[in-house]
Amino acid sequence: MNEKEYYIPDGTYWPIIGSIGISILLIGFANQMHGVSWGSSAMVLGFAITVFMLFGWLGQVVNESVNGQYNQQVDRSFRWGMSWFIFSEVMFFAAFFGALFYARMLSVPWLGGADNNIFTPDLWNGFSATWQQVAFTTPGTTLQSGTAISIPTKLVEATGLPALNTILLLLSGVTLTLAHHALRSDNRNQVIGWLVATITLGVAFLGFQVMEYGHAYADGLKLTSGIYGSTFYMLTGFHGFHVTLGVIMLTVILFRVQKGHFSANNHFAFEGVAWYWHFVDVVWLGLFVFVYWV
Amino acid sequence: MTTATASHDEHHHGPEKGLMRWVKTTNHKDIGTLYLWFAFAMLLIGGALAMGIRMELLQPGLQLMDPHFFNQLTTMHGLIMVFGAIMPAFVGLGNWLIPMMVGAPDMALPRMNNWSFWILPFAGGILLSTFFMEGGAPAFGWTFYAPLSTTFAPDSTDFFIFAVHLLGFSSIMGAINIIATVLNMRAPKMKLMDMPLFVWTWLITSFLLIGAMPVLAGAVTMMLTDRNFGTAFFDATGGGDPVMFQHIFWFFGHPEVYIMILPAFGVVSHIIPTFARKPLFGYSSMVYATASIAFLSYIVWAHHMFLTGMPVAGELYFMYATMLIAVPTGVKVFNWISTMWRGSMTFETPMLWAVSFVFLFTIGGFSGLMLGIAPADIQYHDTYFVVAHFHYVLVTGALWSIIAATFYWLPKWTGKMYNEGLAKVHFWWAVISVNVLFFPQHFLGLAGMPRRIPDYSLQFADFNMISSIGGFAFGASFILFTYIVIDCIRNGKPATARPWEGAKGLEWTLAPKAQYHSFNTPPSRELIKSESQHS
Repeated sequence: MNEKEYYIPDGTYWPIIGSIGISILLIGFANQMHGVSWGSSAMVLGFAITVFMLFGWLGQVVNESVNGQYNQQVDRSFRWGMSWFIFSEVMFFAAFFGALFYARMLSVPWLGGADNNIFTPDLWNGFSATWQQVAFTTPGTTLQSGTAISIPTKLVEATGLPALNTILLLLSGVTLTLAHHALRSDNRNQVIGWLVATITLGVAFLGFQVMEYGHAYADGLKLTSGIYGSTFYMLTGFHGFHVTLGVIMLTVILFRVQKGHFSANNHFAFEGVAWYWHFVDVVWLGLFVFVYWV
Repeated sequence: MTTATASHDEHHHGPEKGLMRWVKTTNHKDIGTLYLWFAFAMLLIGGALAMGIRMELLQPGLQLMDPHFFNQLTTMHGLIMVFGAIMPAFVGLGNWLIPMMVGAPDMALPRMNNWSFWILPFAGGILLSTFFMEGGAPAFGWTFYAPLSTTFAPDSTDFFIFAVHLLGFSSIMGAINIIATVLNMRAPKMKLMDMPLFVWTWLITSFLLIGAMPVLAGAVTMMLTDRNFGTAFFDATGGGDPVMFQHIFWFFGHPEVYIMILPAFGVVSHIIPTFARKPLFGYSSMVYATASIAFLSYIVWAHHMFLTGMPVAGELYFMYATMLIAVPTGVKVFNWISTMWRGSMTFETPMLWAVSFVFLFTIGGFSGLMLGIAPADIQYHDTYFVVAHFHYVLVTGALWSIIAATFYWLPKWTGKMYNEGLAKVHFWWAVISVNVLFFPQHFLGLAGMPRRIPDYSLQFADFNMISSIGGFAFGASFILFTYIVIDCIRNGKPATARPWEGAKGLEWTLAPKAQYHSFNTPPSRELIKSESQHS
């Protein structure tokens, strides 16, 4: 494509298909939560439509890219788009980190009687302000939603699996960078090797994370364990979800490398996924320090 | 071939025919049009709810509805106006105008542009459907504070949550697109400090959207899990805190109010120089003021929470930080007035709206300053004074600029002129009735009438009746507005390429009805310079 020409795609059905899919998914989810029988079927249907849309839409973009319909200006638009998308993800995690810090530094100490809270002995008698075991410990107390509170018997520790997972993810960042260097020097076999290593590390991370969840759950740490359980599972859960997405995206990139879609100078998709992977990596470091360690 | 290039002839790549044109479109003008009509439909729905509110408040006592339904009306009125009307209208204006103003053929990511619009009708549909659910629509106010929205809310709240997720998704994609368009599709010869102010304000608004909307998504996600999965984010029994909800919400909510006003500043900064026939006074200070307002908007959120309970040091900090915003806002108002100073002023309809924007928005800004004073806010908090304040900034601010922009750029969108006489009648009708509607609410608030209440003490009866009558008149003015716009589209006299004598800007160099893809070849440095609104 001529560098002087602007790229303007024709009309497309993918967005409306995506909107329909996501709407069915969410409407199904809401109904499933309210115990409506068709809720989960609608969720499956909506999810299937959404995945179909992603395959179709991104497949079309891949084809256009391979056919050389994109110029450098399109490449730059993709770069701006991806980087600000990642920033929006950062802000999404920031909300949950904010909740963690607020609870840790303010609400839990206040409930425990900090800052001269004269009502604490009367109103909050039986409240345990110990981090990780925050909640009413009086037997029979439930959350406002009516759910029973599960107080964990053992505390989550940073050593062991979380530390191992930190090493795995940091290593995967290195192997991915090595893959990028190999791509820039046009060494496809090396790219494939390092990409496979990255994906393996990612999958191993997810496996250990599942094990870690198993241990935590067995010790009584659940979503219903008060604010620590809430932030623990929501933060690590959303992070695990993003790692899963990252592994899927890396796998797609691996297939595309095998097909020879990328050249030393033109491989935005690879870089976009690499940025995403590093973002997931950085979020984990925050998790490791603030959820597991301190 | 799945793509075409803009260097082809227009008839090779004009709009498709039929309904599917609008579903499939990747064209910034089509999508802008869709956004604007969607926003207008939502404005009418939200306005109808407001009529219901004002009807109940016409007289003291419960006349028409039970208090629970009244709460649903105030809640949904706020949500629809903020997320359904004002925000999409600005995205629509951005879609229509930014590619023309920066000398580009279209937006940077046209397919994603389609998606950011086509999520909206689904989100809006889900939101509106809550009215017909068991337990009714959300009734906890547009700010959906926990535990009203978690422990004590109807099942429809989960649908509301997902609607907010979708709306946020749409806004983030729209913002990403605008950033990529401004930074990457801008004519190569146009420097950042050559950009028109509407482009600047939208660029900065995009950063606010990308920073704030994901936090809102986080807030509603926490609500969702608190409601359905036993988490305790906003539940003190488990060590969480309902007050934390307010912090997270307003961390989103304060940037949100600037999301709704910065593009308005941009619009007004185009219209005033045109009809004053002078370059915009203090262009670079306008840019820096916009950026300062955006930055400050992230660090003042708790001024919405002075009565929620917070250490005194916190109250002091948030009060002084809030006062700081008056400085860049003052710079802007000063610049608009200085632009008009000794100009060759004429008062066509867009200028009437723009000048009244400056005057009325400033009233809203001053009442905002009053509310930002922590000790005084103890009196004003949750009264009709707050309602008057944010309607002055949102109706006579944001909405005013949208109507001004509609009249100013309608000739470029349709290639036709609207009926100037009728439009002036409409302006005076709207500007008088809106003040009859909202100005007495200041007095009601200062006298202590609480907001979100369907009934009130007899002492408030007179001002409420005045306000309601103003409200009905203002609501009716939109019938005339609809007629003027449709009349322009159907029967308007042909417009020239530059229908306003003093107008500058690349969009006026295009055909009277701007062609489907704005600029096939980027404009030259000379053209950009000669079309600049600032020297």
